[in-house]
Amino acid sequence: MSTNIMICGVGGQGIVLTSKLIAATAVSHDVPVMSAETIGMAQKGGSVFSFLRVGEGINCPMFGEGEADILIGFEPAEAVRMFPYLKKGGTAIVNTHPIMPVTAALTGSDYDGRNMLEYIERNAEKSVFIDGDKACTEIGSPKVLNMVMLGAAVASGLLPFTLEEIEQTMKATVKPQFVELNSKALRYPR
Amino acid sequence: MGNAAIARGAIAAGLNLVSGYPGTPSTEVLETSAKCSSGSMYVEWSVNEKAAMELAAGAAYCGARTMVTMKQVGLNVASDPLMSLAYIGVKGGMVVLVADDPGPISSQTEQDTRTFAAFSKLPCFDPSSVQETYDMIGEAFELSEKYHTPVLFRPTTRVCHGYASITVKDEDEFKTNEPEGFVRDPSKWVIFPRLSYNAHINIEARNVTLSEELSSYSRNLIIPEKAEGCRKGIATHGISYTYVTEALRDKSAPRVMKVTTPFPFPEKAALAFLEGLDEVLCIEELDPVIERELTYICGKHGLNVKIRGKLTHDVKNAGENTCGSVAGNIAAFMGWEMPGKTEAEAAPALPVRPPVLCAGCPHRASFFAVKEAMKGKKAVFCGDIGCYTLGNAMPLDMVDTCLCMGAGVNITQGIGHIEPDTVCFAFVGDSTFFASAITGAVNAVYNQADMTLVILDNSTTAMTGHQPHPGTGRTVMGEIVEKIDITAVLHGIGVKTVETVNPLELKKAVETVKRVASEKGVKAIIFKSPCAVIIKPEKPAVIDPEKCTNCKKCIRSLGCPGIVIKDGRAAIENSLCTGCGLCSQVCPFGAISVKEGK
Repeated sequence: MSTNIMICGVGGQGIVLTSKLIAATAVSHDVPVMSAETIGMAQKGGSVFSFLRVGEGINCPMFGEGEADILIGFEPAEAVRMFPYLKKGGTAIVNTHPIMPVTAALTGSDYDGRNMLEYIERNAEKSVFIDGDKACTEIGSPKVLNMVMLGAAVASGLLPFTLEEIEQTMKATVKPQFVELNSKALRYPR
Repeated sequence: MGNAAIARGAIAAGLNLVSGYPGTPSTEVLETSAKCSSGSMYVEWSVNEKAAMELAAGAAYCGARTMVTMKQVGLNVASDPLMSLAYIGVKGGMVVLVADDPGPISSQTEQDTRTFAAFSKLPCFDPSSVQETYDMIGEAFELSEKYHTPVLFRPTTRVCHGYASITVKDEDEFKTNEPEGFVRDPSKWVIFPRLSYNAHINIEARNVTLSEELSSYSRNLIIPEKAEGCRKGIATHGISYTYVTEALRDKSAPRVMKVTTPFPFPEKAALAFLEGLDEVLCIEELDPVIERELTYICGKHGLNVKIRGKLTHDVKNAGENTCGSVAGNIAAFMGWEMPGKTEAEAAPALPVRPPVLCAGCPHRASFFAVKEAMKGKKAVFCGDIGCYTLGNAMPLDMVDTCLCMGAGVNITQGIGHIEPDTVCFAFVGDSTFFASAITGAVNAVYNQADMTLVILDNSTTAMTGHQPHPGTGRTVMGEIVEKIDITAVLHGIGVKTVETVNPLELKKAVETVKRVASEKGVKAIIFKSPCAVIIKPEKPAVIDPEKCTNCKKCIRSLGCPGIVIKDGRAAIENSLCTGCGLCSQVCPFGAISVKEGK
């Protein structure tokens, strides 16, 4: 059995690293893993998503709509954009803090993500909402949003790994001076 | 990552030298090679793909196993040496790693390197998974050495940037290759029409042999081997093969052929596949290579098999395939029920989110300075390839043309010769300047163009992930070397006026542009300020609500993602703002301020 994970948000939010951390944890536990990520131009503030599959019996890094067990949305509108990938009965874990696209600011729209969150709440069987902005402020760095989101995914119990196992990979990946900060972020959603 | 697997697989195959030029989705192949190098291997970021190709060829002439890496449009730059090298051949194994980008996700074109393989008559390998890249790259080296020819290896984005747990070789299984050294033989290494004629005859004969040999290559798969019952088949390749497998999970039909060597096409294997079939659907990304080959084979052998795909409009002819699109194509072809869509509430209108220049990006300041300086004047702004292509977005709207690497500097000259009353600008990044804009600048000086060359020097190759280049004073191996000074280069080729200014000092930058652009002839402005991603941000800007009249000029002028609208008012997005201070210089009411300090 495999777990399908869709991670999405805005380029620059640390989505690729989140996907890499889960993948690396799988590798270090001899669990098969495949993923596909957005790297390149879209990383500059565009819509970004990662497909991630963990477990036995996978032969393709992508999956179709309605096949994700978990949707980790780093931004409300981006979570809605990729929502069709979430399967019936799947869990959406969403950061409530919106990022206003420049195009929206220019047209004077006051996009605040609220209707996006309501949509997810109505349509996802299970949803977890996290105020990423508040979390980052409390932890003390705007750069740890990805660890907060990853921590929330672990806390949901749907990832096939424990917090300690993910933490182990994180320690091996980030610079030593940032380990404590990231640990704090991973544990924040508990 | 697929790219890392390619590098590790090549190292296990006894790689001696790697050269390349950064380009998504190929960049990490060379970076991983540098990281994993034991020290006996030579790795470099070359100044462009042509240089990288020629360097790798020279090393392969000596018997070294070499790899040269680039993206598909990079192959256009390197095609001059490669086309000739196909005739000359190599001694050591040489793999030309070209990453294709269906979509395109990060490229100017949807060109297909499999088609280039047929054009250049070079063997081509098309991997479908991360594991396969690792296993197959060694086989590519073997084939290259056996036939003394460079070979193409062309993964696509989803293979390059896919992650997978794979099985790797133990270090004691690694091959080693001791290059013999260059053996002088002008009848072999010097290209002349007579040699090319003979080489052409040999190449055509070799490719017939190769088509036979590759027909029994285990990676040109046919599953199941015998067509039983079902008279339909699917021919596919690369990552699409995995989508097909996914769509056919738990099904024994239809029959599938995976074409791993699109050139020379494994004709005998294809005939075995077509045996007993009435109809074949080709599922491909980019060009209909397999579809054309199968159609040709059916015609040649008088087979009554209908070949369908892009040419018959059964599969869309542009963009990337997905699990969903392939499942749909197969269902339509087989007459199966379409994969059902779950009835869900329609999503609220989504904001569009195109890529933009980062908050704090110095290019925004550079474009804005030129825009301000040229207000009311007839001017043209020719852009180029890099992050700064994003200067096209509203509200900056400062890229009138963008074609390919280094094109802007020449395009602006062409416009100037036809429209002499236009003030002509060309924008180019520092890495692109070294890669392919110097010749354009020489052309401008020699032919007495009237133009301003604007060099956006952020001290890195930002778009592809911050690779060093000749102006940075660092190599990919971390050596510190002499920096090549852009000002000195421009003075050296005869550009007399070269002014350097920090674009984040807006007033000074605008004055510099006005002054320099008013001179006749070729002149240059270097906007020097480091990429916002590689420096530590300053404290975010602060908007004084007392002074802010909510005119939103900051937003309308700059379009910085660091300024948003909250409850109807302009507000700083603290998680993105780098404190560059550009907006504080644009605000007419002095309402925005930045403080020194990290």
